[in-house]
Amino acid sequence: MAETETRPAGTGVKKKFMYVNRKTPYGTIYALEALEVVLISAAFEQDVSVAFLDDGVYQLASGQNTSGIGMKNFSPTYKALGDYEVKKLYVERESLDERGLKPEDLIEIVYEDEDFAEKPLVRIVSRAELTEIMAQQDVLLNF
Amino acid sequence: MSTLHTVNKSPFERSAFISALNHLRPGDALLMLEDGVVGAHKSGAFAGLLAGAAAGCSVYVLVPDMMARGMKAEDLAPGVELVDYGGFVDLVAAHQKTQAWL
Repeated sequence: MAETETRPAGTGVKKKFMYVNRKTPYGTIYALEALEVVLISAAFEQDVSVAFLDDGVYQLASGQNTSGIGMKNFSPTYKALGDYEVKKLYVERESLDERGLKPEDLIEIVYEDEDFAEKPLVRIVSRAELTEIMAQQDVLLNF
Repeated sequence: MSTLHTVNKSPFERSAFISALNHLRPGDALLMLEDGVVGAHKSGAFAGLLAGAAAGCSVYVLVPDMMARGMKAEDLAPGVELVDYGGFVDLVAAHQKTQAWL
């Protein structure tokens, strides 16, 4: 647990929040709800990370076409996360491997930095690395 | 007396897919739909199980659900056939009964 100052809420305490996504995009409402909560949380100027593991990696699969199932394809919205200052996206490598997916099968999410250079936001990390990143968080919210 | 088995949950999350495979009889059909489609990936962890257990059975994937998850026909394990909603209805009609594994 990282040390945080003990001040009343709303007075500038910054905590490390991680949103943990472990479900496919359309079988349940979890993935869409998580995305909405992440976008809302961006307004509170917290240190936000988003992790995609297990079936959650399918949320970032490129080429999603929902025209046949009558649901909105919300995957393009992930590309806006950088504009909301959500810049730490982690994808677990082992979860991709188990599903026959490769990093290049994922949508490209970039952020334009101060120099107007586009930088990738998604970091492919190992299960062990993600374990350590989770350990550094103050708050973990699972979807 | 053939049966159409449907699986709509990801095999990475629930045991329904494994149970369905374990209860297939020759001549039965297996339809993977909704989140169940992800178990049909040719490079995925369940490809081998699918190939073994489904010998003598027909295996289908519902195309609209496959496409929604960014999967393509060429991602599927060998022998897996594609059906649309009309094909789903035909499968139900072609078998004496349907077992929907949840």
